[in-house]
Amino acid sequence: MTDPAFTIIDGDAEAAVTARVAGDEVRLSPAAVTRALGWEVTDEGLCRDGLCVPVPPGVALSTADGIDLTALAAALGRPLALDVQERAACLGAPAPDRGRALASLQAPDFALPDLDGRVHRLSDHRGRKVLLLVWASW
Amino acid sequence: MWQAVHAELQGHGFTVLTVALDRSADDARPWIQAARPGHPALVDTRHVVADLYNVVNVPTGVWIDERGRIVRPNDATFGADTFRHITGIESGRHLAALRAWVRGETSLPAPARVRELQTLPTVTDQQARAEFALGEWLYRQGRPEAAARHFQRAGELAPHDFTIRRGTMPMRGIDPMGPEFRAMLQDWVQGGRRYYQPLPE
Repeated sequence: MTDPAFTIIDGDAEAAVTARVAGDEVRLSPAAVTRALGWEVTDEGLCRDGLCVPVPPGVALSTADGIDLTALAAALGRPLALDVQERAACLGAPAPDRGRALASLQAPDFALPDLDGRVHRLSDHRGRKVLLLVWASW
Repeated sequence: MWQAVHAELQGHGFTVLTVALDRSADDARPWIQAARPGHPALVDTRHVVADLYNVVNVPTGVWIDERGRIVRPNDATFGADTFRHITGIESGRHLAALRAWVRGETSLPAPARVRELQTLPTVTDQQARAEFALGEWLYRQGRPEAAARHFQRAGELAPHDFTIRRGTMPMRGIDPMGPEFRAMLQDWVQGGRRYYQPLPE
């Protein structure tokens, strides 16, 4: 029996993976975790690009059914929005990461399209003073 | 309005960069086309810039220098006094300060002061943004009812974040200029809270 795909959203990336869902619990295979989020589950903890993050004590990451998504998000320190019914979840950016970046006073870079679909980066304008003006039609 | 500022000051090594936190390019398009900007006018449907810069309402302006350093943090930045009678914020002072900065006629606050004026996001703020992002994805998948549940949750987690509470109204089929918005605003300011957060200086 194949479970319908579960989508893990991470920024502008999304990955459809196989997941075991029971109640509020979502369990992924280690391979699915690597594919969706780039982290490998090892004996040292969660590893990526040669860096390993130990799993905090009391966080039950690995279970008989696979890696628990809620525990994984907690281990990574990332906020998790979960919709079991819709089979989708989104991992956001940790507040300390955003706070540290802003407090550094180095303006975070970004890449966004204009109305023609051409992508512009803030860093395209290095060497000029910039007024970044965030607005909306609402 | 910002196009005029851009045109006036671009010869001084300056550019305006606008970012629209809108549901789609189509929502922002009429406004951008009417402005006929010579500066980049970008569309940010996933609220990436709101997340990176902890933007909780619009309009918000940030000054960034030639080295990419934030020299003036998030401010309620209006280009004109069209809504001054409602907002209580007059646009001339910021415009004068902007001109002085661009022309190199002013000294800027020390980095420590800039940091004092920044509001950094909390864990709950970021949880709200994750709920918004999930809602926005569901909306794009054609599941607006599921999306609305997450927009609602996001708004409850971050009631001060109007990029969520008002910004998701179009995706929930609510007029962001209509009675629901007015009721939300009334409730907010009656609690003694400010809808806009201008910088103190």
